[in-house]
Amino acid sequence: MRVLGIESSCDETGVALFDTDNGLVAHRLYSQIEIHAEYGGVVPELASRDHIRKTLPLIQQVLDDASMSVDQLDGIAYTQGPGLIGALLVGSAIGRSMAWALNIPAVAVHHMEGHLLAPMLEENPPEFPFVALLVSGGHTLLVDVKGVGRYTILGESVDDAVGEAFDKTAKLLGLSYPGGPALAKLAESGKQGRFKFPRPMTNRPGLNFSFSGLKTFALNTIQDHSKESRAPYNLDLQTQADIAYAFQEAAVDTLLIKSCRAMAETKYQRLIVAGGVGANESLRQNLNLKAKKLDFEVYYPRAEFCTDNGAMIAYAGSLRLAAGHTEPPIIKGMPRWRLEDLDAI
Amino acid sequence: MKILAIETSTEACSAALLDNNNVISRFEIAPRQHSQLILPMIDELLAEAELKLQQIECLAFGCGPGAFTGVRLATSVIQGIAFSIDRPAVAVSSLTALAQAAYGETKIENCLSAIDARMQEIYWAYYQLDANGLMQYQVEEQVCKPELLKLNSSQVDWIGVGSGFDTYEKVLDAKTLDNRQSKQMRWLSNQFPHASQVAKIAKSEYLAGKAVSASQALPKYVRNQVVKK
Repeated sequence: MRVLGIESSCDETGVALFDTDNGLVAHRLYSQIEIHAEYGGVVPELASRDHIRKTLPLIQQVLDDASMSVDQLDGIAYTQGPGLIGALLVGSAIGRSMAWALNIPAVAVHHMEGHLLAPMLEENPPEFPFVALLVSGGHTLLVDVKGVGRYTILGESVDDAVGEAFDKTAKLLGLSYPGGPALAKLAESGKQGRFKFPRPMTNRPGLNFSFSGLKTFALNTIQDHSKESRAPYNLDLQTQADIAYAFQEAAVDTLLIKSCRAMAETKYQRLIVAGGVGANESLRQNLNLKAKKLDFEVYYPRAEFCTDNGAMIAYAGSLRLAAGHTEPPIIKGMPRWRLEDLDAI
Repeated sequence: MKILAIETSTEACSAALLDNNNVISRFEIAPRQHSQLILPMIDELLAEAELKLQQIECLAFGCGPGAFTGVRLATSVIQGIAFSIDRPAVAVSSLTALAQAAYGETKIENCLSAIDARMQEIYWAYYQLDANGLMQYQVEEQVCKPELLKLNSSQVDWIGVGSGFDTYEKVLDAKTLDNRQSKQMRWLSNQFPHASQVAKIAKSEYLAGKAVSASQALPKYVRNQVVKK
């Protein structure tokens, strides 16, 4: 079965073709980062306006890459939520009406399900059950995954997502949008031990996260060492790098502590990490070390499938289509959608 | 000549099927429900006409101006269909669709078409009938506060149409006093762009070779200032 996947929930347009016999056949991504950079964050209306220009050309490219025509598709999957409503509606409307016109089944995919199944696209995929750590600019979740659609949220952020804290701290450090990866790069030249950031909510039981305090701690540290009392702050390069180091160390450590706690609670042997922050090298290195010590396996998607992409949507959609899930000819976008509300297959 | 048209840029959601000179349609005032209604509406029309989608030669849509989400809905649905069955598409201004309907109803050959654009503004355009019975721009689509509307036309007899008049009747009445013959401003209340008009206008555009490929079928927002820096 050949399934076209469309992702348009935020600021990237992703399209891919997944074949249940031959795996991932083709995938393309268009990122809108440049459009939003000058505003320091995603502007929803501009995101929607760009998706509608880019989706069809990307679909055409993916079909060309696969040397296929649209008539050879057996199903269409699209992200229906959660995300920006206007952006979601573009991908959903194009995907749903294509399936309608081609008279093939359509399936609506939950964006986070796409992420947590993304490691399945790699060789040597994890078996169920596993714990999923989903970390991005919009989400920080620990999920007990017993099977496709069988999800229990173990913990989530009560305020900022971890990626959001990375981006906001980066902005305070004067790094350009989106600052998360730039902060990680800067942290490489930071010295360990000069600053000590807190590990929020780790000294009490439970698996929830809080990252807004970490950002505030960064702000206070920056202000203490800046020659200017308000933005733009003026730090010497080493101090800037040391703060980046301490911030990343604390964020990663917090994720580590909670992930290990979730592994202990579930007694599972496998942890998967997905979402944009899952590409963070420091997180990967430290998790790998911990996993070795505590004797569990960690699985990651390739870096390009950590961030939003069409491949994970095509894949998750193919599983649901194969299980007989289909959508009526109704176009929907769901800005809020609980992972736990999904049906098991 | 078979054309399938949809229009979802305002509170109204409609679909129409044009088969030569015969047009059948569905129309509903249903705010926030367009995305659920539109494909079933098209299904009904095809069933009623006993046509298969593959028999449609050209797709058409109301491309705005109007509600951004609504305009994009019609655009993305038509993109998806046109791409899938490899047919061209025609984008028709929602203001022109209104003007064409107003002419059909009143036979008045000049029209001021105005849609409530929210944020105390209106989208508007001014039209005149051409030799082929189609309303053509004298002033192209704009967005502005109704107080700033500026018609250069002399005192002619024109008909007003669109939600802009429902919301800003008094302002528009005062504003256009010098641009019309009668003291009394004539306008049609509760009118929304309709897919039947979109289909009729699209037919002549298609025959004139003005249809585009699916990926070139794009919205016309008119309001392009959408972010504060």
